[in-house]
Amino acid sequence: MIATIGFYVFAVILLASATMVVTARNPVHSVLFLILAFFNAAALFLIAGAEFLAMILVIVYVGAVAVLFLFVVMMLDVNFAELREGIQRYAPVGLVVGLILLFELGLVLTGWHFAPSAAEIRMSPTPTALSNTAALGNVLYTRYIFLFQLAGLILLVAMIGAIVLTLRERGTARRQRIGRQNARQPEETLAMLNVAVGAGIDEIGILRPLPGPAPAGAESHALPHAAEPH
Amino acid sequence: MADFFLHTIVGLIILTFLKALALIVPLLILVAYLTYAERKVLAAVQLRKGPNVVGWFGLLQPFADALKMIFKETIIPAGANRVLFVLAPMITFGLAILAWAVIPVNDGWGIADINVGILYLFAISSLGVYGIIIAGWASNSKYAFLGALRSAAQMVSYEVSMGFVMVSVLLCVGSLNLNDIVLAQKNIWFFIPLFPMFIVFFISTLAETNRSPFDLPEGESEIVAGFFVEYSAMAFALFYLGEYANMVLMSALTTILFLGGWLGPFGWTWLPGPIWFILKIFFCLFVFLWVRATFPRYRYDQLMRLGWKVFLPASLGWLVLTAGVLLATGWVPHVSS
Repeated sequence: MIATIGFYVFAVILLASATMVVTARNPVHSVLFLILAFFNAAALFLIAGAEFLAMILVIVYVGAVAVLFLFVVMMLDVNFAELREGIQRYAPVGLVVGLILLFELGLVLTGWHFAPSAAEIRMSPTPTALSNTAALGNVLYTRYIFLFQLAGLILLVAMIGAIVLTLRERGTARRQRIGRQNARQPEETLAMLNVAVGAGIDEIGILRPLPGPAPAGAESHALPHAAEPH
Repeated sequence: MADFFLHTIVGLIILTFLKALALIVPLLILVAYLTYAERKVLAAVQLRKGPNVVGWFGLLQPFADALKMIFKETIIPAGANRVLFVLAPMITFGLAILAWAVIPVNDGWGIADINVGILYLFAISSLGVYGIIIAGWASNSKYAFLGALRSAAQMVSYEVSMGFVMVSVLLCVGSLNLNDIVLAQKNIWFFIPLFPMFIVFFISTLAETNRSPFDLPEGESEIVAGFFVEYSAMAFALFYLGEYANMVLMSALTTILFLGGWLGPFGWTWLPGPIWFILKIFFCLFVFLWVRATFPRYRYDQLMRLGWKVFLPASLGWLVLTAGVLLATGWVPHVSS
């Protein structure tokens, strides 16, 4: 009874917010509606008794993916009025793609045969003696271990690809090498000098060479122990 | 009477409501007095007296502050997104309270005793960043936005190592239920065998709650007050209280994962379980305040380096080590429920 009411409430909010994701004018609102949709999907999982999947959905999608999504969308400076003008032009293409997809889905679904025991398994998705997390783990790490590892490898490749694409050495960055800083001894950087009164240290000629074309006036009086930039 | 509460829907709803009330009221009082405790501890560290005017030893100071906040004017900036601007502090504070639904204060005393309690807590704590991002964006102010961006990157980074630390604890427990996690520490509290992870976890909770020395999202010397620079009155108070409620929550989580929850040290039972639990939370909170009084703020690149290049490999390595040791010694917990 309560579960049924809950199902309809969450399903309606899920569909409504999914629609809002597409139609909202402001992209940030779109992402926030997407988050709402994720939440309701998690609630539906909970009603179906899949508590592990519900929590993982929230942790992975809402807690990590959508945060970065929101991050990016907020940083974008896109003129959305301009973007919307293209809608008339691209709508037919989108429609064709959608129709092809629908047709293919129809083909797949009409040719789909359920295994004889599928209905029985669907009625009780988890073994009664185990919690759903343990049941999932038992299957995932034994029967499907290779597929699981494969999925991990694909993600790893994607990650390395993203790093390779974005990592570029510009040579202008000043890196902090904490190990080197900690290993540095006073003798390497600090010189104690007895300077004659009024002579100054310019005459002795121990000033370090300036790093590149730095403003001369500002740094030329720096003492040797301030040499390493932090 | 007991029948009514336990077996009818209305009774169960009333019972749950009363349980929640019995948890939230002490929690809010604790949060209020945590602000007082922070000022007293900071004062003690800096050889000052701290608040001592309102009430005996300044004990009514939190309520004086609350009254002040309530009577101030709520200002919404002209270019702000009104709905999100108002929503953000509510999200922050609401999430900090929401997580308490699964915290077991004593054996089986949690309001909801769910099988995936630790995942629930992790999910809720990873949502905390939304209050901050939304506040930063809705304020339509560059400082607020900078604070929000910093916070988003920081919290996502430290969540990763926190997750791995939790997994190594869970390996030793064999259950995701918070009650089971505490009961698994009957013989030895996990902070002894998993000491490095305890440290990593504690530092990550500092970063996760945006506390000093990782309080870059609000770094007042660089970006004024960060994400809540545009907030005033009760909206500001909600952010403020949300931060402290999050501290209490993270202390409770640390207590459950590493300090044996409601179990007394050396098997002592001369104090009831909830008292032990609260004492341990106080200890963690004191360390939070102590750290704030002691350490200067991290620089942003150092913060990222610590999260990704130190904590992540360390927690991942320790996870493999834990699994290896458990397998080699045959101590792998039996998963039954």
